[in-house]
Amino acid sequence: MTGNSFELNTLADPKKFHGELDLAGTSTKCLRDYMASMLRIRLAEQQLAFGRREGFIGGPVHLGVGQEAVAVGVSKHLRASDRVFGAHRSHSHLLALGSSIFGLFAEVLGRNAGHSRGMGGSMHLWDQPRGFYGSVPIVAGTVPLAVGAGLAAKLQQSDDVAVSYLGDGAMEEGVVHESINLASINDIPVIFVVENNLFASHMHISTRQPTDSTARFAAANGVAHKVVDGNDVVAVASAAGDLIERARAGKGPGFIEAVTFRWYGHVDWREDIDVGLHRSTEELNNWRERDPIRRLRDAMLSARVWTEQDDGELEARLREEVSSAWEQAMQAPYPPIEALMDRVYYQGEQT
Amino acid sequence: MNKKGKVYSYGTAILAAFEYLLEKYPEVFVIGQGLWSPWYVGTSMTDLDKRFGKNRVIDTPVSESACTGAAVGAALAGMKPIVVHPRLDFMLYAMDAVINQAAKWSHMTGGQAHPGMTIRAIINRGGEQGAQHSQALHAWFAHVPGLRVVMPSTVADARDLLISAVLCRDPVLYIDDRWLYEQEEHLLPVVERNLSMERPECIRNGTDLTIVGSGHATSLALNAAHELEKKGISAEVIDLRVLNPFHPEEVIKSVTRTGRLLAVDGGWGPCGVAAEVIASVSEFVSPHLIKSPPVRVTIPFAPAPTASNLESVYYPTVDLVIRKAEMLCE
Repeated sequence: MTGNSFELNTLADPKKFHGELDLAGTSTKCLRDYMASMLRIRLAEQQLAFGRREGFIGGPVHLGVGQEAVAVGVSKHLRASDRVFGAHRSHSHLLALGSSIFGLFAEVLGRNAGHSRGMGGSMHLWDQPRGFYGSVPIVAGTVPLAVGAGLAAKLQQSDDVAVSYLGDGAMEEGVVHESINLASINDIPVIFVVENNLFASHMHISTRQPTDSTARFAAANGVAHKVVDGNDVVAVASAAGDLIERARAGKGPGFIEAVTFRWYGHVDWREDIDVGLHRSTEELNNWRERDPIRRLRDAMLSARVWTEQDDGELEARLREEVSSAWEQAMQAPYPPIEALMDRVYYQGEQT
Repeated sequence: MNKKGKVYSYGTAILAAFEYLLEKYPEVFVIGQGLWSPWYVGTSMTDLDKRFGKNRVIDTPVSESACTGAAVGAALAGMKPIVVHPRLDFMLYAMDAVINQAAKWSHMTGGQAHPGMTIRAIINRGGEQGAQHSQALHAWFAHVPGLRVVMPSTVADARDLLISAVLCRDPVLYIDDRWLYEQEEHLLPVVERNLSMERPECIRNGTDLTIVGSGHATSLALNAAHELEKKGISAEVIDLRVLNPFHPEEVIKSVTRTGRLLAVDGGWGPCGVAAEVIASVSEFVSPHLIKSPPVRVTIPFAPAPTASNLESVYYPTVDLVIRKAEMLCE
């Protein structure tokens, strides 16, 4: 926590937190899983950046390169029966649950084999069997849905939790405040994971809110909260673990504010432009020094639980997975024309 | 008239539906404002929280948007939620949850997930409550694919359409009307019906003209038809019941025979449900069969007033429907 005034202070300073992670006794297996998951997500998103740049992808892609540690740290504590909801920048939220890269690529390319059968694209993803209940681009649109899915878990007397991924921009939507309040007074097992990357589109948080830590809203509603360096997968996992455990034990909602930064603009692949406005090269370069993957790698190398060879092998394996998935997706058929009208209502037996 | 079965009012028929559902289906729960008060929802939810518990009948903070969104999410997680809005006007805070999320979720997920929640919105008007306690906006929701919309006008439908709505796998907007709550009817025990098979119904046969209504407007139409009979005019009455998806077949069949259409609606005229009824007839009934141009009776195109003299000219009456029917038949 950063004190009563709810300012991020050094957490938002791009020149800080460049060093290798404190591994805090995390098991080697767990660290390797983190590394693999984060790198997998990054390579997949870089492939999407390429696809968009070269014109293979027709719709906008909101990429989270640089933010991988948040979803990976949170997902460490999730299981397939949990209820995860996302927003427009949710590729990592989906993939961190182990979801198929082919399914993601096919979806973004509008193919029937995609996670949403080609009907949703990048901004409307789905993989409920793995716990990803859905993502939509209406800002904060899924936040109350996550609260409801958490309420359902409570009514079902299950210890599943709901997760609502949202950004610092979404914290300005009224429904989020209603949702936090509702979750608080009803002890709903939902975790609000705010990826505070300091920007909503081209607008810096200092132009939108009176202070830069959105955790103040959790405090205002009596919700347990933690503010962490979102580019430290070990710290994110630790914070998430505590809050998720509390929620599973019936102690109510949790709120994590993970401070991070996106390496590309709000949408698509350019690093230098953010919705038409030039980005600060210096700021970006400083944030790139807080690379969640490099910091984990450096720490694992120092701790001698990782070698350059491990690194090479992992990267090769993941690049193969990504390129193979891309090639497959590019060949996959589009939805049948009937799908337009056939998927509006439930088609099976109504009870 | 069927004298078998217990007598219910429209209001207590809704209550009976809640009791049936809460008792039989553990996945059903109710969430909304005013549920623990006997005042907000008339006779339709009396003592439900006492009987089934406050964790299944949840009274909420003043947060229409979050509560409706929560119902969508709970439905995706396998529950059968009913979110109650004591006024349709207040539900407007929840438009994103209804239109952008619930209605579209099936399509956006390629037909793989269906938020089968029910939104119960109550129309109550008059009593000098004014513009924001009076709206009948069913036409807005009838315009959205993916959302089913039903408006019961009879006691039987008040109970049975609510049950069907809750058991339906699609999101359903169920709109009931406080001005119908005192209607009474004998009801037989519940038989569960498939909402997707429900259609508009001809509730009174006639030969001279077709009067079409939904919700409270159907009650006006039926009462007008009764009076018109005494004046030698035989009116056929169609109760729409289901507004979305819109199925005009029964109306088309009727106007093909009568040649005259009077569309009555409790909402505004422009782009309203009466407009859709007339459009369907224009599209599908041969012009040579139409004896007179169609007529609609709606509320005037102004927000609802509070002054009692203005109220008395604002809401359509049985007399107005009778006069319009007579003009149509001249």
